[in-house]
Amino acid sequence: MDRVQLLLALSIALFALGLVGVMVRRNALVMLMCMELMLNGVILSLVTFAQRAADTAGAVLVFLIFVVAAAEIAIAIPIVLLLSRQRKTLDVEAYSDLRG
Amino acid sequence: MNLESLLLYLFAAGALAGGVLMLVARHPMRVALALIGSMLSLAGIYAILGVHVIAVFQVLIYVGAVMVFMVYVIMLLDVQDPSFTHKYGRLLVPGLLFGAGLAVVLGLAATRGVDPARVTVPAAATVEAHEPGAEFLIQPFSAEFLAEYWLHFELTSVLLLAAVVAAIAVIKGGRRPDG
Repeated sequence: MDRVQLLLALSIALFALGLVGVMVRRNALVMLMCMELMLNGVILSLVTFAQRAADTAGAVLVFLIFVVAAAEIAIAIPIVLLLSRQRKTLDVEAYSDLRG
Repeated sequence: MNLESLLLYLFAAGALAGGVLMLVARHPMRVALALIGSMLSLAGIYAILGVHVIAVFQVLIYVGAVMVFMVYVIMLLDVQDPSFTHKYGRLLVPGLLFGAGLAVVLGLAATRGVDPARVTVPAAATVEAHEPGAEFLIQPFSAEFLAEYWLHFELTSVLLLAAVVAAIAVIKGGRRPDG
């Protein structure tokens, strides 16, 4: 199997696993972590293509994505903490009355 | 099979095993540890690819900052939460079916052979004048990063400052109603 194909398959598998995790798990923090797994899968494909094209811009883009992901987590976790403080649970089934 | 591709398969299997463990582990701390293992395996893959900078970023930013934050939050929380004992919600079967379907569709799209004659490869990839991946070593990459992309680098600090302010605002705004 070609190396690029192997890494692409791994990236697809990680993305799908993360998506399944977001859909089936009940714990809000675990769902956040599964979203991180999805992001990691996408970053893997980006790095693979950037390395193959020998392009520095791809690596810079990955760095920027890392920074955005860190900022996202820094805001998402306080929101989850506030939700859990208000409803006394992390179970997303308890938040089912949250509708846009 | 040389050592490099053996290590690549090993790290790929590690990343995949971490992802599967995240789905089946019950306690969020185990999920976090599985995710950390998966991320470290990905850092190993990046190092094998020669993209050393990304491997360092992955360990420093993801494992070092994001996941340590996550582990602290898990330690803050109640262990008797009902979502710890009943780990799956109502969407278990449709979620699994959808995920499997997505993986199959994406996998078919990715592995379907592309006619090499029709692929336009960038000039840098076809002309391998230097060792492939040499521009991703720490020293040449840092020089180019700060020479060409310094504005983006500085803008990330603005973004991080905005994130800090937003996090503080979320916490303060949540406290105001109950005094």
